[in-house]
Amino acid sequence: MVELRGVHKSFGSLHVLRGVDLEVRQGQVLVIVGPSGSGKSTLLRTINHLEKVDRGSVRVDGRLLGYRQSGHRLHELPEREVLRQRTQIGFVFQAFNLFPHLTVKQNLMEAPLSAQRRSRAEVEPMAERLLARVGLADKAGAYPRTLSGGQQQRVAIARALALEPKLLLFDEPTSALDPELVGEVLDVIKDLARGGTTMIVVTHEIGFAREVADTVAFMDAGRIVELGPPARLLDVPAHERTRAFLSKVL
Amino acid sequence: MTLPEAPAPPRQDEERPGEVVTARHPLRWVAAACVLVVLAMVASALITNPAWEWEIVGQYLFAPSVVRSVVLTLELTALGIALGFALGTVLALMRLSANRLLSSVAWAYVWLFRSVPLILQLLFWYNLALLYPRLSVGVPFGPEFFDFGTMDLISPLTAAALGLALHQAAYAAEIVRGGLLSVDHGQREAAAALGLPPARRLFRIILPQAMRTIVPNAGNEIIGLVKGTSVVYIMALPELFYQVQVIYNRNGRVMALLLVAAIWYLILTTALSIVQYYVERHYGRGRA
Ligand SMILES: Nc1ncnc2c1ncn2[C@@H]1O[C@H](COP(=O)(O)OP(=O)(O)OP(=O)(O)O)[C@@H](O)[C@H]1O
Ligand SMILES: [Mg+2]
Repeated sequence: MVELRGVHKSFGSLHVLRGVDLEVRQGQVLVIVGPSGSGKSTLLRTINHLEKVDRGSVRVDGRLLGYRQSGHRLHELPEREVLRQRTQIGFVFQAFNLFPHLTVKQNLMEAPLSAQRRSRAEVEPMAERLLARVGLADKAGAYPRTLSGGQQQRVAIARALALEPKLLLFDEPTSALDPELVGEVLDVIKDLARGGTTMIVVTHEIGFAREVADTVAFMDAGRIVELGPPARLLDVPAHERTRAFLSKVL
Repeated sequence: MTLPEAPAPPRQDEERPGEVVTARHPLRWVAAACVLVVLAMVASALITNPAWEWEIVGQYLFAPSVVRSVVLTLELTALGIALGFALGTVLALMRLSANRLLSSVAWAYVWLFRSVPLILQLLFWYNLALLYPRLSVGVPFGPEFFDFGTMDLISPLTAAALGLALHQAAYAAEIVRGGLLSVDHGQREAAAALGLPPARRLFRIILPQAMRTIVPNAGNEIIGLVKGTSVVYIMALPELFYQVQVIYNRNGRVMALLLVAAIWYLILTTALSIVQYYVERHYGRGRA
């Protein structure tokens, strides 16, 4: 489903991703943990091409992302193609990034209407269904600012789902929330995981990783240090760095 | 709900919890009285001094030639603002583009047109006919398809509208650029992550949010331009200011006619301020 091979990325002289290999199968939930600045966000952003890779390849569903291969050359795809590829990948941001001047329902309908060119008649009931699914059916006409952080993040998840993506990416979806609101957002994500959605979640919620992840990856200094089932990686980590990190967050 | 073992609060609090007594501000009253006296003096000076000739003011306020000149002032303002902000938006996008050539050209434009006084630019456009007596349309440096006498193309009205618009574009570019930069970067990212096409990102997501900072500044510019159109009097265009000068040069009622113009400028800017209020409210939605 998702396949990263030797991905490198630098910002100027800062080498942020140093050869990342990663594989996620259909229906799998991968949780990535790691210290701040280790490149977790950058890695997620390369997967939907918000960040171009310097070296290596990113494939989603067997298709190269952002490039077309001919022989040994990679040709950058035209923006229109990249945008089309992105509609198959939902992205949920730490800071929600809802559109503040649009109502909750307009936030959900915007991409299906303008990026996927689906009809309003089809999109509107879908938006309402999704809002009901995240428990916010009564907030369709509200503006994002009038919602709590937890509600905003649930809207953002519904907005990502509105594209009916094959893959969902979450970048610390609960880090901007007050502690008592974390649960409601994690519940929505757990529900999606049980429904068989393929997803990659960057989070500091170790309890959540233990409960939901099929695989947990520990990332440090631009590399995946180790990865495995939660019980193994979280309880008997093989690497000293993983152990040091976990002892700090647990 | 009070617990029996809790110490009893003072009795009077129990009966009238928290009645608020606003503080008195005697100095404010003194200041207000002073202002009222000054206002009364100004009003009396305006009304009782016959030199203001209020009946002449009344007579000319809606005179056809004056009303026509008000319409021309409005036309010049509308053209200057519409063309100015259209070009200004293009310049702002060029300035923010990753293409160094585009952003340098936009920078240079703003630098040039902000540096040269408007009145000088207007005279320049007006006299362009002398510099390039003929303008032609065709392949650059190649064959020509059309050919105009510059005088025919650049009438005083065109020259004035062009001058105002080009001048305004330089300021509009900075205002729009500031507005675009004020929009949180996360908004661009979210729009891109959702796969929205570039034009849609700009017009549906970024610009409407940028309008919150653009509109108050643009309001200033529009109101400035209503009055700024008065400089085109040097091109003998019968806008409001030129027209009242023509009239008082004929009849000598200088003060009365300046008042006529002042009243019209007040009416126009007041109307624009009201429009601005509603436009701001529109773009402020979702941000109570
Ligand atoms: N656009 C950028 N330009 C320059 N440097 C960047 C950019 N984005 C990220 N970085 C740098 O890359 C490094 C990795 O950033 P990244 O956001 O991927 O870390 P992270 O693991 O997500 O950390 P956190 O847990 O704090 O979110 C950091 O040092 C960061 O400063
Ligand atoms: Mg991060």
